[in-house]
Amino acid sequence: MIKFFLMVNKQGQTRLSRYYEHIEINKRTMLEAEVIKNCLSRSKDQCSFIEYKDLKLVYRQYAALFVVVGINETENEMAVYELIHNFVEVLDKYFSRVVSEILNL
Amino acid sequence: MPAPIRLRELIRTIRTARTQAEEREMIQKECAAIRSSFREEDNTYRCRNVAKLLYMHMLGYPAHFGQLECLKLIASQKFTDKRIGYLGAMLLLDERQDVHLLMTNCIKNDLNHSTQYVQGLALCTLGCMGSSEMCRDLAGEVEKLLKTSNSYLRKKAALCAVHVIRKVPELMEMFLPATKNLLNEKNHGVLHTSVVLLTEMCERSPDMLAHFRKVSLVPQLVRILKNLIMSGYSPEHDVSGISDPFLQVRILRLLRILGRNDDDSSEAMNDILAQVATNTETSKNVGNAILYETVLTIMDIKSESGLRVLAINILGRFLLNNDKNIRYVALTSLLKTVQTDHNAVQRHRSTIVDCLKDLDVSIKRRAMELSFALVNGNNVRGMMKELLYFLDSCEPEFKADCASGIFLAAEKYAPSKRWHIDTIMRVLTTAGSYVRDDAVPNLIQLITNSVEMHAYTVQRLYKAILGDYSQQPLVQVASWCIGEYGDLLVSGQCEEEEPIQVTEDEVLDILESVLISNMSASVTRGYALTAIMKLSTRFTCTVNRIKKVVSIYGSSIDVELQQRAVEYNALFKKYDHMRPALLERMPVMEKVTTNGPSEIVQTNGETEPAVLETKPPPSGLQPASQANDLLDLLGGSDITPVIPTAPTTKPASAGGELLDLLGDLNLTGSPVSAPAPQIAQPPFLLDGLSSQPLFNDIAAGIPSITAYNKNGLKIDFTFERSNTNPSVTVITIQASNSTELDMTDFVFQAAVPKTFQLQLLSPSSSVIPAFNSGTITQVIKVLNPQKQQLRMRIKLTYNHKGSAMQDLAEVNNFPPQSWQ
Repeated sequence: MIKFFLMVNKQGQTRLSRYYEHIEINKRTMLEAEVIKNCLSRSKDQCSFIEYKDLKLVYRQYAALFVVVGINETENEMAVYELIHNFVEVLDKYFSRVVSEILNL
Repeated sequence: MPAPIRLRELIRTIRTARTQAEEREMIQKECAAIRSSFREEDNTYRCRNVAKLLYMHMLGYPAHFGQLECLKLIASQKFTDKRIGYLGAMLLLDERQDVHLLMTNCIKNDLNHSTQYVQGLALCTLGCMGSSEMCRDLAGEVEKLLKTSNSYLRKKAALCAVHVIRKVPELMEMFLPATKNLLNEKNHGVLHTSVVLLTEMCERSPDMLAHFRKVSLVPQLVRILKNLIMSGYSPEHDVSGISDPFLQVRILRLLRILGRNDDDSSEAMNDILAQVATNTETSKNVGNAILYETVLTIMDIKSESGLRVLAINILGRFLLNNDKNIRYVALTSLLKTVQTDHNAVQRHRSTIVDCLKDLDVSIKRRAMELSFALVNGNNVRGMMKELLYFLDSCEPEFKADCASGIFLAAEKYAPSKRWHIDTIMRVLTTAGSYVRDDAVPNLIQLITNSVEMHAYTVQRLYKAILGDYSQQPLVQVASWCIGEYGDLLVSGQCEEEEPIQVTEDEVLDILESVLISNMSASVTRGYALTAIMKLSTRFTCTVNRIKKVVSIYGSSIDVELQQRAVEYNALFKKYDHMRPALLERMPVMEKVTTNGPSEIVQTNGETEPAVLETKPPPSGLQPASQANDLLDLLGGSDITPVIPTAPTTKPASAGGELLDLLGDLNLTGSPVSAPAPQIAQPPFLLDGLSSQPLFNDIAAGIPSITAYNKNGLKIDFTFERSNTNPSVTVITIQASNSTELDMTDFVFQAAVPKTFQLQLLSPSSSVIPAFNSGTITQVIKVLNPQKQQLRMRIKLTYNHKGSAMQDLAEVNNFPPQSWQ
């Protein structure tokens, strides 16, 4: 099950967040900060799946933007990885100018 | 009042803020503007304001004052208003707020709206944040929409149904008739959501699962999957050359749930799984995602062995791939399958060991766990070398786990005692400070048990701490050994290695520096002090020095050290005659066989955990009829739990002649068809007893004996031997009391020579009534593989006439038929 879907930039500013489970609003900001910290500390040749508390984070980096999805153990990590790319492609198709603007930010 | 700014401009303004404080200021200003606009009840700009509010909420600022506005927007007739209103409801409202119930009526009306997009919005919102009351009210509408011909609505209704089922599981039956035709759709959206709905139903209710298996859902799914794979390029659903991989993965997951523990379903899907496994392209991540799901499915259902081997080979191929994600995924799956398909996974051992050297932390951890699972008697030397090298170079968070794993593996598979000790030494010196605390006593026990290696061990330990005594577990073990075997060290008797010349003073030097050092923990100091004391009997010329050291610590600040020092001082002064006896060599500690970790056996998706647990001793009385039940104990499926008489599970302390009583067997009385769950130890006692009654020769005429008769307490032994396992003798003891008063808290303990194994079952009670009016019965099982003469030492403790009585006796009059 997907627990949350985040788009965060390198400075830690949230560009998009969607939570599928209720989390307190102040905990959300903390969660986002920790998640981006985990993702930023990874190098290019490390795998895209991080274990974080009792969840797995699947992240993908597009220029300065990280798309991070939090899943639990019933999900197929690689399918979610593919889903992220699908999502970005959809955005690109419908909002092409805007998306390239986001990705360069 | 000027028109409120658009969302886009707000975003642009916020992004220009350079600090957190600036951003907060902008947002507060805008919130104030929005609030006053809400107060004015302005219909035209409400939608814009709520949109901005939602953005600010996403950034983490409170936005609860917008909830009612969302409701007003939902009630409006304009689509743009409704759209923002529903979005706001999904983000800001949930069942914790009472306001949300007000939405129910709006949603109900919108579910019956003429425009499909409005209906879609309503379905979306209900499926996102509907509470159980709302779901109950609106489930009928959702079900109606599930049967409509509009595929846009059908797919949304299916997802909404998933949420309804999650919130109110009782409504599941309501959606059952609608599911009949769900899979006949061509539209992939509907197919996908229908599969999600079916998956949710099957996971939640075993009845539904059985129903779907009967309704031959599997052939339908197989057909759909086949179409997906076989069909040519379809631009709508193509992702890097594969047609709708997301749907394929979902279908595979549903097949997994349907096939688990079910032979017919598993058989029906064998072919398609093999087809998917061989036909999917693996050059891109998409293909690998599908293969991964396929492998998981194959492993979980009752597949044939050829298919399983195919799955493991796929995983092996994954391991060789350059992509880290795939390697990670492969290692995870291999870890899950290593229990069942051990041999197949062994083939990939070298690749797995290579992954230990990977840079990625997650991969290293997986590889380490998998390596431990793969160690066996044949490869232990090679694997240990790799693992020790890994221990050297890994991150600190791994060291503790790695060290414990190495100890366990070494204990199970050590090819020789010397190798075992060498390995332990290596671990202690490389990761000494990360070793867990319970490792130290285990190691000490191991060292005492390898009698011929004492000299070698103590020499190596001495050399190890000579250079560096900061690693506490190492120092503790070393001090203990030096204390015990110091005389061997000084006499230079080592056979295995070049003996080193050490004088008694040098040994005492090192122990004293451990005592003084700031790096030593309190526990370590205790070890060192005790070691110095023990050396007073082993060494000859330095006794005065030892006396001095001990008396210095008599005034130590550390209470533990002080107590020890004072007591040792007393030993020197008042009890000098007892000192040699007290400080003599520790006897070999009997290894407690039930202390090992349990083994969880996983066979083809079924798990039968066999856990050895310690249970507290029973305080109440057990019915006397259980004595008869004990006789039938292992003869079939009515297995009663066995509770130990005494909770001793620690290794016997010094001078322990009484063996630890192996009472810790938990034979679960659950209705498991396999008679006894596979228990790690002791297997030999249960080998012959699995499915037939043990006691075939009750009347075979082994004479019973009176083992003990003193002070009115008489204990009789009656014997039984098993046909199937002739090394096992079962002794039933009967204790009777001929005095005028009851004997209470009666505890019977027994010890046998080392070549035997003993198991004591629970007694019928702990009170022996007076005047021979009743007896306590207890069963002892003795394993005598070498057919040696049976001897037993027994210890009886009980309360009689208000005083505690205790007696030791030896039983030598066993009839020859009981052990020959």
